[in-house]
Amino acid sequence: MSAPILKVESLSRQFRVGGFRSRGQLHAIDEVSFEVAPSEIVALVGESGSGKSTIARVLASLYPPTSGTVIFEDKVLGRRSSRSVRGRMPMVFQDPFGSINPVLRVGHSLLRTLKLHRPDVSKARRLDEAVALVEKVGLTPGADVLQRYPHELSGGQRQRLGFAQALASRPSLILADEPVSMLDVSIRIGLLNVMKDLRDAEGVSLLYITHDLASARYVADRMIVLYAGRIVEEGLTEEVIGAPQHPYTRLLMSAAPDPRLRFAEYEGAEDLGEPPKVINPGPGCRFAPRCPLAMEQCRTSTPPMVQLSPTNRTACYAVKKS
Amino acid sequence: MRLLYKLGDALRRSFDFLRRDKKAMAGAIILFILLVISAFPNWFTPDNPSAEIYSPGAGVSWAHPLGTTSFGQDVFSQLMAGTRQSVMIALIVGFISTILSVGIGITAAYSGGIVDDVLSMVTDVVLVIPTFPLIIVITAYLKSASFWLMVLVLVITGWSYGARQLRVQALSLRNRDYLLAAKARGESSWYVISVELIPPMTSLIVANFLGAALYAVLTAAGLQFVGLGNINTQSWGTMLYWAQNNEALSIGLPLWALAPGVAIAVLGSGLALLNYAFDEIANPALRPVSKRRLKKVGA
Amino acid sequence: MSGPILQLRDLSVEYATPSGPALAVSGVSFDLEQGEFLAIVGESGCGKSTLLFAVAHLLTYPGSLVGGSVVFDGIDLTSLTPEELRLHRWRDISVVMQSAMNALNPTLTIGAQLADACQAHTNWDNERIAERSAEVLSMVSIDPVHLKSYPFQLSGGMRQRAMIAMALLLEPKLVIMDEPTSALDVVAQRSLMRQVETLRRDLGFSVLFVTHDMSVVSHFSDRLAVMYGGEIVELGVTRTLFDNPQHPYSHGLMEAFPSLLGELRPLTGIAGNPPSLVNPPPGCLFAPRCPHVMDECREVRPELVTSEGHAVRCHLINRAAIQ
Repeated sequence: MSAPILKVESLSRQFRVGGFRSRGQLHAIDEVSFEVAPSEIVALVGESGSGKSTIARVLASLYPPTSGTVIFEDKVLGRRSSRSVRGRMPMVFQDPFGSINPVLRVGHSLLRTLKLHRPDVSKARRLDEAVALVEKVGLTPGADVLQRYPHELSGGQRQRLGFAQALASRPSLILADEPVSMLDVSIRIGLLNVMKDLRDAEGVSLLYITHDLASARYVADRMIVLYAGRIVEEGLTEEVIGAPQHPYTRLLMSAAPDPRLRFAEYEGAEDLGEPPKVINPGPGCRFAPRCPLAMEQCRTSTPPMVQLSPTNRTACYAVKKS
Repeated sequence: MRLLYKLGDALRRSFDFLRRDKKAMAGAIILFILLVISAFPNWFTPDNPSAEIYSPGAGVSWAHPLGTTSFGQDVFSQLMAGTRQSVMIALIVGFISTILSVGIGITAAYSGGIVDDVLSMVTDVVLVIPTFPLIIVITAYLKSASFWLMVLVLVITGWSYGARQLRVQALSLRNRDYLLAAKARGESSWYVISVELIPPMTSLIVANFLGAALYAVLTAAGLQFVGLGNINTQSWGTMLYWAQNNEALSIGLPLWALAPGVAIAVLGSGLALLNYAFDEIANPALRPVSKRRLKKVGA
Repeated sequence: MSGPILQLRDLSVEYATPSGPALAVSGVSFDLEQGEFLAIVGESGCGKSTLLFAVAHLLTYPGSLVGGSVVFDGIDLTSLTPEELRLHRWRDISVVMQSAMNALNPTLTIGAQLADACQAHTNWDNERIAERSAEVLSMVSIDPVHLKSYPFQLSGGMRQRAMIAMALLLEPKLVIMDEPTSALDVVAQRSLMRQVETLRRDLGFSVLFVTHDMSVVSHFSDRLAVMYGGEIVELGVTRTLFDNPQHPYSHGLMEAFPSLLGELRPLTGIAGNPPSLVNPPPGCLFAPRCPHVMDECREVRPELVTSEGHAVRCHLINRAAIQ
């Protein structure tokens, strides 16, 4: 059992909200802890307000956590990641139209990354290396593509470029923040396959952040479900999908439409609730207001993560150990 | 070396763009002609513009296409000679003003926090200062009103509008993913600003330059018209001053007053036309779509 | 009142672009029965939103109707003047737009906006307006106390339901919806769809629903139309289409959805890019990307052929059907 590439311990991030003198603190993430092993794809699944993007941005060092520790490749990360850490844990962004500078040629950022992160590649060889990278993600002919401007590429091609970019610095973990949600459905599969290839052929781990359970199931080895800034369930993908333990996971599963199956009725009342904005919260499970199994205990104290099986952890008082 | 290549590339692309947009083409032609005249006024001035050697108040003739002034000077030569000062004011003020706007606006947007608050406050205060009273005060204090003094005042009062505009646009771009991506791969702030932030703002910066130049031309003409410029130099504004003082319109020498006025308007239009064109690059929503007649098949 | 509530015949819409006119909607024809839910599905650029705007007569320059007719309840809408059209708006046909946050006025309360809609299309007195406003809000499970709320005070799902309430004010016969669920989370999406379904059953209106995510409508629509490059390439009963998609594009699209509970297997998506609408290929628009392409496909544009209530626009399928 090799050491995890990434170990996140009790990560929290708060943002001050409200006016000039407000004391409101928005708890984007609270006490988030998880690990990512080498050559593994972990899906971070959640709806809006769940904190999944915040986790990605903290890991990419775009802003520091309010508290908690991030241990990457056995080293504790400081407030601002060093350049080498940024190279080993790059990020792929969601918006294919906003994540590439529109006035520069597409190869520019790729060559910059090689310059900044790959001293082993000499100046003369950089272009060849860039070509090899874009061809690895399925953009051919590579030399041609590198000369284009972003508006000449389609959304799918730009996202592939994002992965090539991430791959350029020889990463051990790629943070993929909703990389396919802005793409057409028929294009998404191509990108999801690229992600799987990166894991299988290059041995790279991926943290796949998404709100779409089906695509998470397609690529991920393990799944982490987030609700209102906390992890509510974590386990092997097939386990979480096949036998969801937490009531919120069950709600997500029943709500996610699968056209190939018959209409599945959700047992229980119609759920008209939405994830809360967590400002200056007290203790207690944040899903309690919507939970059909909520008990008094759920409202007064926060349920801890309980190991329900060797591979599954859930934070819920109502769930019994199997 | 790479910088030169990039500049060449940019120039080539601008020429392609000019060819396509008629407004830009017209504006560019006007400015080019005026630039040539201001660079080589001697080619265009048949006579010495200040020489008072002709019969005063003469009408239009082949020797004097625009007549002569009350002092016997050739109006046409004055007009050509005056081009230089107006064009120079436009370009110099435009250039310095834009550098200030870019520097202050982008620094404010990128730094955020207290730096932004302070710079924005300064910008807003300067924006509100009225030009004319300011130059009157300065002129009275310094007892002279040279070309460079006018440049100084115009720059001081002209940079703030552009700074506000550029700050707003830089703010909207600041959180674009590609800037975050640049930071995420470890680029320095300096690099991010100069290579990733400013280039997409180029068309707005150019539009700003043209706007500032336009402001300079019109305000300088206004200042000279009321006699606050150096009334002994050759410029369109001073021509207006002298024409006004000698009541050119009433004594039957309308061209003396109209010629510089029209010239100012022409320079202004050239700048404005190019300005519109660059606004359209900066904001694709303003671009006109060719109104091809779409044939309507019956209902 | 018998017969279909909406009949589209050969509808075509062109957009003026700097490179020439683009045919965004090309020869679209279908019928919508009373009380029927028809979903129009397609990816970006297929023309589905343009089609919707054309039916709702909300097209503005640079788009314009260049052919065909829209017959609503026996009246040809394309032949009406704007004044006559206004009489039908909201009473007979209402529209629910994609993003409530963009469609609702942020400076007016919900009640004020509902009142606006009522005043524009009826001559009801204030009492009747208030009564009806409270009624429609309750119908979408929003407490009428929110008549006094501003849009930003409501959650995303509630705002979208408020839009639906507004659409139902005058008991229209047809409600047109343009991707009303795309800005919502999965759970809210599901609630919204179930709400629409319940209302439709109770009130009996027809629904024309446009989306890029067919799984959202898979359990709610009666029939499904798949659009590609401005044309309808397949149209049929929803369940039939899902179980057995005939057109290669529909088939490819179905295959591109990873399954949540079904078998886990490698998928491939559809290679290539959508066709240019300014310079479309002469034959079938899908030919450059079709795994079953034949010579005929590249030269001749296939017709939409209907058999047993199922329509397909494909040479391969049509040829097999004839035999």
